[in-house]
Amino acid sequence: MLGAPWDSLCRPDKSALIAYLTAGYPDRATSAGALRAASLGADILEVGVPFSDPVADGPVIQRASFDALAAGMSLRGTLDLIAESDVACPVVLFSYLNPLLRYGFERLLADAAEAGVDGLLVTDLPVGADPAIEALVAASPLDLIPLVSPTTAPARIVEIDARASSFLYLIGRLGVTGAGVPPDAGLPEMVARVRARSTRPLAVGFGISTPAQVGAVAQVADGVVVGSALVQALGRGGVPALEALLAELAPACARTSGPVHSRV
Amino acid sequence: MAISLPPERAIEGRFGPYGGRYVPETLLAALGELSALYDGLRGDEAFWVEFGSILRDYVGRPTPLTEAPRLGAEIGARLLLKREDLNHTGAHKINNTVGQALLALRMGKRRIIAETGAGQHGVATATICARFGLECVVYMGAEDVARQALNVYRMRLLGATVVPVDAGTRTLKDATNEALRDWVANVPTTHYIIGSVVGPDPYPRMVRDFQSVIGRESRAQVLERTGRLPHTVVACVGGGSNAIGMFSGFLDDAAVDLVGVEAAGEGMESGRHSATLLAGLPGVLHGTLSYLLQDADGQVSPAHSVSAGLDYPGVGPEHAWLHDTGRVEYHAVDDQAALEGFARLARTEGIIPALETAHAVAWLRRERGRWQSDDPVLLCLSGRGDKDVAHVAALTGAAS
Repeated sequence: MLGAPWDSLCRPDKSALIAYLTAGYPDRATSAGALRAASLGADILEVGVPFSDPVADGPVIQRASFDALAAGMSLRGTLDLIAESDVACPVVLFSYLNPLLRYGFERLLADAAEAGVDGLLVTDLPVGADPAIEALVAASPLDLIPLVSPTTAPARIVEIDARASSFLYLIGRLGVTGAGVPPDAGLPEMVARVRARSTRPLAVGFGISTPAQVGAVAQVADGVVVGSALVQALGRGGVPALEALLAELAPACARTSGPVHSRV
Repeated sequence: MAISLPPERAIEGRFGPYGGRYVPETLLAALGELSALYDGLRGDEAFWVEFGSILRDYVGRPTPLTEAPRLGAEIGARLLLKREDLNHTGAHKINNTVGQALLALRMGKRRIIAETGAGQHGVATATICARFGLECVVYMGAEDVARQALNVYRMRLLGATVVPVDAGTRTLKDATNEALRDWVANVPTTHYIIGSVVGPDPYPRMVRDFQSVIGRESRAQVLERTGRLPHTVVACVGGGSNAIGMFSGFLDDAAVDLVGVEAAGEGMESGRHSATLLAGLPGVLHGTLSYLLQDADGQVSPAHSVSAGLDYPGVGPEHAWLHDTGRVEYHAVDDQAALEGFARLARTEGIIPALETAHAVAWLRRERGRWQSDDPVLLCLSGRGDKDVAHVAALTGAAS
């Protein structure tokens, strides 16, 4: 059964808006305000732990990561920031594996839960890559959110679904994060391929930046993730620009053709 | 002639705890396909016959074993050099690119990407792509592009597209990041030829097998020449492909000392070095769990070495395991000693080694007195130093 933090992924009238921000970007104080603002303007907040080698990210989040690190942000700093930001919606910690390993996984899971984190998404920890770590997360209060990609084979979707405890995150197209190439006409088919093998809510991300793109994805997905576009708005115009973009994106999540998911 | 590959020491893609497949979900299917193909070919004699014939007729193998009596007298041993510098393109790197290009052809992938530091792997990849008519894109740190203009020109002459990478440290680590990003976006049509025994499984096993020709030839040559096994075998270690290729021929010979030499850069205490096994901690970078230079927050630390080919903060997972088990001793040699080794091999034997290899030469000089004068000591001369001459001249003030 889906835990309460993820109820926004089960609404018949709209898709959940999932906002991604890099912790500590552009600086610590602005970032705290941005996390709070995003948690009010979106349904779920993904907080990115900056990393020196973000291989799954495009130029915008790479730069945000490097700037945040240069300004002194860390994994511990990210947890403190989340705890202090008075976040008003569920939080997913979005990270590469190495900072978590260095911190110590058991300690991380306890500290993240205490800081108010509900879910954990690790870009370079695909399902099955490290059973010991997966068992630790399964025994913790945090949900591990697995990724599914356009290249994931049908049998593997079943395997991934079996290890998930909340929702699945579908990478909407091949490539790294960032605007440029949005998910294409093949998305509904890709979503159908996952839905045929999983009854869990499905969030779609990567390459989604405009209200029109959000609107298109919202018709087929339970959640729409926007990251680079929000990070870029924050970098250019601070928290007001972030709030303005969220205000444009939120109404685009409404569904015009009814529920997308037989379970809801 | 059938090739006998080294016994597989990895279990489910791991050497002890090291290795694995820590990659974005998008790449898993391609790694699975590559693994399945390679596992099938590992026992396929026809594949290794084809590989062996290209190594013989195109690369110029077997490479010679050269006596080095003058430098040998200085270190007090019978010094033997395995001449990987005499391969086509001037280094051991081409052994691996030949093997991986054959895999790409079997998968029907006609677009090849690669990362390169000093440019040796990039040149070896561009070369084999030209030979087989494959599209080739090489990612190279912007700083290395500036330092290695000659190799950039060679790659372009061979028809490759060289993409300078401006992010992060602007060296090999970031070139590898960018190659991985390209692969994630283009994986259905593209094969990534990783240049060392690093990266996710099956790369560390596969690249080792393609480089194991070094150890296989060397063991037979030393036995034939001296009537015994070498006392010590030494090789430089960045990612560690020439070393693992060489060591793989001797791992079961318990009496043979195996020594890997890392780059101590400006000195271990300076923090500016690439001695991953000696100063790193286990961590995950570029898809594999191994030793890693990193800070207390798990951020990857910049590596440093006078030699661009050793300038990498990670190391192959099999080396991590050989380090932990103690089968191989790892040491480090600083920039200054490496530059002296570079000059000394040139003066005593008429061979200008790559700066990477010069680290292993320097370790031998430091250890003189460790051997009896007739003890065979085998050095993997992984590459030639033409690429480094301008850089060394500038560093030592000898340019004019």
